Order: sequence, then structure tokens, then C-alpha cells
Amino acid sequence: MTFTPRDWGAHPPLVAPDYKSTRLRGATKPLVPIKQSLSELTGPVFGHDSLHPLDNDLTRNGRKDGEPLGERIVVSGKVVDEAGRPQPDMLVEVWQANAAGRYVHKTDQHDAPLDPNFFGGGRCVTDAEGVYRFMTVKPGAYPWGNHANAWRPNHIHFSLFGPSIATRLVTQMYFSGDPLLDLDPIFLATPEAARDRLISQFDLSLTEADFALGYRFDIVLRGAQETPMETRK
Amino acid sequence: MSAERKIWGQTPSQTVGPYFAYGLTPAQYGYPALASIASSDLRTSDVEGERIRLEGRVLDGAGAAVDDAMIEIWQADPQGRYAHPADGRGNIAFRGFGRCGTGTDPENRFVFDTVKPGAVDDKQAPHVNVIVFMRGLLSHLYTRVYFADEAANARDPVLLSVPEDRRGTLVAERMEADGVAVYRFDIHMQGDKETVFFDV
Repeated sequence: MTFTPRDWGAHPPLVAPDYKSTRLRGATKPLVPIKQSLSELTGPVFGHDSLHPLDNDLTRNGRKDGEPLGERIVVSGKVVDEAGRPQPDMLVEVWQANAAGRYVHKTDQHDAPLDPNFFGGGRCVTDAEGVYRFMTVKPGAYPWGNHANAWRPNHIHFSLFGPSIATRLVTQMYFSGDPLLDLDPIFLATPEAARDRLISQFDLSLTEADFALGYRFDIVLRGAQETPMETRK
Repeated sequence: MSAERKIWGQTPSQTVGPYFAYGLTPAQYGYPALASIASSDLRTSDVEGERIRLEGRVLDGAGAAVDDAMIEIWQADPQGRYAHPADGRGNIAFRGFGRCGTGTDPENRFVFDTVKPGAVDDKQAPHVNVIVFMRGLLSHLYTRVYFADEAANARDPVLLSVPEDRRGTLVAERMEADGVAVYRFDIHMQGDKETVFFDV
């Protein structure tokens, strides 16, 4: 068994000049092919015991003296591989700006207020059907220094491992209809045919009535495949 | 409806951005609101083997040290066993996963305290798997650290698959500091010394 290759028709290139910091940071030489061995077919395992009770509720895990400000949302989806097989018991880590577009991170100096009751980091582990679920507030847009009057669209950062280091994925979830998507060099660095996979969809079935709206964001990891060239026992 | 989206294509990668620290490495950066799932110290009291330090910097195409990169390492225990269901050889004492950002060290190094891994099989030399993330890197990159003092490097199939003039970018030199073996592994993103990255 091996994992399917990374689909470079779906992932952004390492140097995308409109996203300026890729110019000096993206590798320029061709990646060297490697035959997947046990080193690539394994990876860290995180079970439900690695979680704390409020880790998947960002409206509660940073509270000091009240509720965080902003529009409460549920973000949920299914983690599957390319064959549609659910990926159960997989760690999902998230981090995001608050409703005003400000990160807790010490180096974020955007002139928007911090929310004393919002931290912005969380995690969960997918259930037996591969489903994850977070409660949070909708993150705000914020300016960044890439070019004049540059703004990042609303987004939530996601980090997943899947079953091995080969399936590792760090990505960002966006929101349908955001006018900033068409102006964002990070989103636009993604091959056009795959961009819609980064956009969450409003889903009434995920809303909590009288409490929070719901957005669905399914995630597809590289899949396991048989390797007929390998000698089998 | 979401069920009609094509769910078969891989979800594209996006950069980890500049603000990953409080979500992915909260303890290292001093954010107590979230416990960390991993640290830069992989040692456990019940794993035997040589204690080593693995350190280096991430250098951009202008030679500047990157202060907002995150490095993950994944390695076998000193007997060459991974803590994973696909490896049935019974490593239960050593997890083998570490994470370190480059933003807290005065020299912007990543520094892992770990044990030297054993050879995973009878072909490959001992190595540590490395995953590189940073602002300005849209898709994460994989590389490997080999140890300069391992004779098995000369017949390692992965090293031999790399053009000879680039092999050295994967080999960490051994130094001694404060009585501990230190392996230095700088990661060059671009230029003549660009590190070999693998299409895992």
C-alpha cells in the first residue's frame, strides 16, 4: 500500500509571484521523487484522549468574563480520502482571527480590537464517520502588507495529519460569496479548477436554531492505493 | 448542496501563514489557553538510546533566517521502529513526533531534543523525516535529515537517488555541545545550497 501522489494540479505552486513572500521562500529546484517507505507511510497518531473538553468550542475556550463578540457559526464537515472513504479518529487543528479581523498572535499589529473572550485556536478529532465539528465566531477580514490595500478574505486555518505524514495537509477554509476572494493572491495561487474546494458552503442543516449558523467544509486527503509493482507476501 | 460538490479531488494546500503559533505551538510561544499536542522535546524517560539535539535555521533565498517557519519531525525510535499501526514491531515508549517554530530562539533556530533513530529497515540509513511550513510557502515541503557519522549513508537508496552534488544538503554534521551530540541541519529554501525536498 502507498498513498496517491500529491496532485500538483490542485495544490498551489511553491513560487507564486503575486504572493510576494513566496519569491524568496518557495523552493525552486524540482522536487526529488521518493519511493514511499515505512517512513512516509506512518505518522503521529492523535486519539480523542489528546483533547480537552472545550477544544472544539472557540466561543468558550478563551472566555475571561463573558461571551466573545461576533456571529456564532458551526463549522463542520467530513474528512475523506480521494475514494470517498471516511477518515475517522483524525486530528483537526484550527486557528483564526476574531470577528474584528485581529489575531491573538503577538506579532499581529492590525489596528482592530482584541476580544478578551476569544482566543481563536482549537482542535477536534473526527468521529467514526470522519466528521469534525467546531463552534466558533465568523472571522473578520484584515489588511496585510502584500500590496497596496491588500485584504485577506475571511478564513479559518486548518491543519490535518490523516493516517501518515504523506497525507499531511495545512489549508485555509473560505466563505462562499466573499468579494475578497477574487483579489487574494493566496487563494488565487490555487489552480483554478481546485479553488472551489477551499470554499465552505452555508448549510441550514448544520445551523443550531436560534443560536448559530452552519457552514460545511469537507476535506479530501490523499488516498491509499494498492501498489502492484511491490512484492507481496 | 455540499453533497454534490466533487469530493474526490484533493483539498488544496494553503500557507500556514504568520500566525500559526497560538494554534499549533501554543506552549512554545506562551499561549496557555490551549494545551500543546506536541513539543520540541521528544525524549521520554523510558526510551533508551543516544540523546541528541537536532537544530538548524531556515534560510530564505537572500540568506535571511526565517522567523516564522514551523518544522515538524517524525522519526523512529533507536531500534528503528515507528509508533504507528503500520509498524507492528512494538514501539510503545517513543512517540517520535516533534514540532518547533523558529520565532522564539534568538537566532531563529528550531531546536529538537530527541534520541538518535535506528535504521528502519536493512536498506535505509537512520534518518529523521522533516516537514517544513512557513508564511510564503503555499504547500508544505518534505525533506530528511541523515547523520554524517553513519556509514550506512553510503548505500541508502534515497540518498543515492539524489544527485551527488546535492546529497550533502541532507546530511547533518555532528558537533558536541555541553556533553550532548548536536546535529546541525540548516534548511536552504533557494540558491546553490537549496535543500533537497522530496515529492513524498
